[in-house]
Amino acid sequence: MLLAVFSDIHGNRQAFEACLKVARARGAERFVLLGDFVGYGADPEWVVDTVMGLVREGAIAVRGNHDEAVNTTTETMNAEAQIAIEWTRGRLDVAQRRFLAELPMVVQEKERLYVHSEASSPSHWNYVRSTTDAARSLISTPSHVTFCGHIHRPALYSMSVTAKMTSFVPKTDVSVQLLRGRQWLAVLGSVGQPRDGDPSAAFVLFDTVSCEITYCRAPYDVETAAGRIRENGLPPWLADRLSQGR
Amino acid sequence: MPKPLVKPGAEIDGYTIGECVHTGGMATLWTVTHPGIDVPLLMKIPRVSEGEDPAAIVSFEMEMMILPRLAGPHVPSCFGTGDFAHQAYVVIERIVGTTLYKRLPDLPLPYEEARQLVARIATALADLHRQNVIHHDIKPSSIMFRDSGEAVLIDYGLSHHNHLPDLLQEEFRLPYGTAPYMAPERLLGVRDDPRSDLFSLGVLLYFFTTGERPFGEGETLRAMRRRLWRDPHPPRKLRSDFPPWLQEVVLRCLEIEPVWRYPTASQLAFDLAHPDQVKLTARSERLKRDPWSVAWRRRFNQGVMAPRAKSDVAVQIASSPILAVALDTVEGAPELNEALRVTTERILATLPSARLACVNVLKLNRIAIDKTLDEQGSNKHVDRLVALRHWATPLKLDESRLSVHVLEAIDPAAALLEFAEVNQVDHVIIGARQSSFRRSLLGSVSAKVASEAVCTVTVVRPPRLAADAADAGEAAG
Repeated sequence: MLLAVFSDIHGNRQAFEACLKVARARGAERFVLLGDFVGYGADPEWVVDTVMGLVREGAIAVRGNHDEAVNTTTETMNAEAQIAIEWTRGRLDVAQRRFLAELPMVVQEKERLYVHSEASSPSHWNYVRSTTDAARSLISTPSHVTFCGHIHRPALYSMSVTAKMTSFVPKTDVSVQLLRGRQWLAVLGSVGQPRDGDPSAAFVLFDTVSCEITYCRAPYDVETAAGRIRENGLPPWLADRLSQGR
Repeated sequence: MPKPLVKPGAEIDGYTIGECVHTGGMATLWTVTHPGIDVPLLMKIPRVSEGEDPAAIVSFEMEMMILPRLAGPHVPSCFGTGDFAHQAYVVIERIVGTTLYKRLPDLPLPYEEARQLVARIATALADLHRQNVIHHDIKPSSIMFRDSGEAVLIDYGLSHHNHLPDLLQEEFRLPYGTAPYMAPERLLGVRDDPRSDLFSLGVLLYFFTTGERPFGEGETLRAMRRRLWRDPHPPRKLRSDFPPWLQEVVLRCLEIEPVWRYPTASQLAFDLAHPDQVKLTARSERLKRDPWSVAWRRRFNQGVMAPRAKSDVAVQIASSPILAVALDTVEGAPELNEALRVTTERILATLPSARLACVNVLKLNRIAIDKTLDEQGSNKHVDRLVALRHWATPLKLDESRLSVHVLEAIDPAAALLEFAEVNQVDHVIIGARQSSFRRSLLGSVSAKVASEAVCTVTVVRPPRLAADAADAGEAAG
């Protein structure tokens, strides 16, 4: 089965629509959503409604730190993120907020683990920045492949049976077979706010039979998404950074 | 891990196991058959039992990832892989014959034979590098030849694929590979430079032409590290009749700094195919190694070398193409030749490692016997070489980046196409024939080259004059 995995949509309708379209065109049969559906972007209602619809149809979704921050005030964030979350809180209705509050922190599906951030302690929202972080994540689970997001930059780590690590920045559209002899951590780029210098929306396709992963990019209407952020009075940097991909 | 299931007569994923044909340190090789496949097959199975070198597993994983992605005559075709969850294997085509290792008792080989042999290996290496793979274990036992003559590179257990995770990157504290052939930068942990393979091929060429390994057979790290600062004895010291052009090629491959080697395997293959065009430098004459003062300076300045930028196989190849400009120095209009020079200059300006082959076709008559001398009795072939060099002079190219070629052929387009293919030309620059009368009579060479070449072709026309444009407009109307 071909899975399409999305992370860090962050209320960016145009980016998410573009990814869904490309993923469906490429034959994705099932969707996995790794959290941070809201925050930063100006269309949280549409994004949450769309995610709720996909989950009703069988998609898997886990919770991100921004999704949690909508319902709590304990999460510490930078000033711009905080402004965006407070704005978002006012936009979502009770059902949408409840949906976000009830999302699981992790989902295990066969040999695959889905989680928003580093998997050894999901509630701490740690980033995977290095092979050391990746090793901590991989040691905490027997899963063959862990999918996470949070850092908005794509990376692919592996750990051998002798706990030797490899790190790799995946090439767009080049599939990599995730060999069974080792464990893999696939860190996804962001759908709605890429930070790796490429403004196009990032997602991943994974073939569960051949174990091949493909990092994909979908170009989208950045101008409209940025315009919506400005129209709604959100911090302008949140709009500007979209066209720079950082 | 499950017990290996391999024994003669057993079946794995539809492959029936035949006999064991090789037992190596890392893997065993078995003949296999499959009902749907009618070429001879080999199944390679890693040695993974207790006490075996864990490197065997990682190397095998690399092969499992890389082999299915390779294509073309210079690699063994891959038919299937099986992973470690069940029984790890790769099934590849069985290449008939033996590896180059069997030639070791015949060394040193005659220069001409070695030249042809290594030229074929360089061509294979260029093809592999174009597929984003650095072999990292070029040595006689990794090289075979097809009946049709092409070199085939086998064993990808230490290779690096630029588009795939490098599983060996942190696996070994010490560099892993075949000590006598290992490039110096490999000792510093560099795995992403395709020029490491050119160094190994240089070691092979040195060994095959002198009978001696340039860095000995030392396997210790200390012995291997010497090559970071100590250059090998020039081949001419070992064999006084060693051709200067060949020493130039060998020592350029064996440069300590990758940047001083050939930029690509294609450019090395080009020099091996045209020994008379090799630009001789001080390297070609050398009878002694660098003086101790130079070697010691290298040795004690190791740490202060500039940090190396990350290398990328595709970028390295793309920045060092072989360009061929097809020129008609006799009948070509001066403005067309000028336009060709302007275009060539612009392309070269962005590519400091590109090399340029200026090609002219001396057209032979279909029936009459051609005379080498023209009416005035001067040699046509030599005249044209002179004219090509004259055309290229304003480009101010270093001699090592320029070569001139006169092809003798009945069909100029076919000759140019063959030249481009044999020499792995990346980009052909050719002028459009001016006179429409001649073109209708003779057919367009540039059109045929543009439509049939396997590489990029730029067709150049001289700047259009206003009057021509008006005519064209009328004609179109």
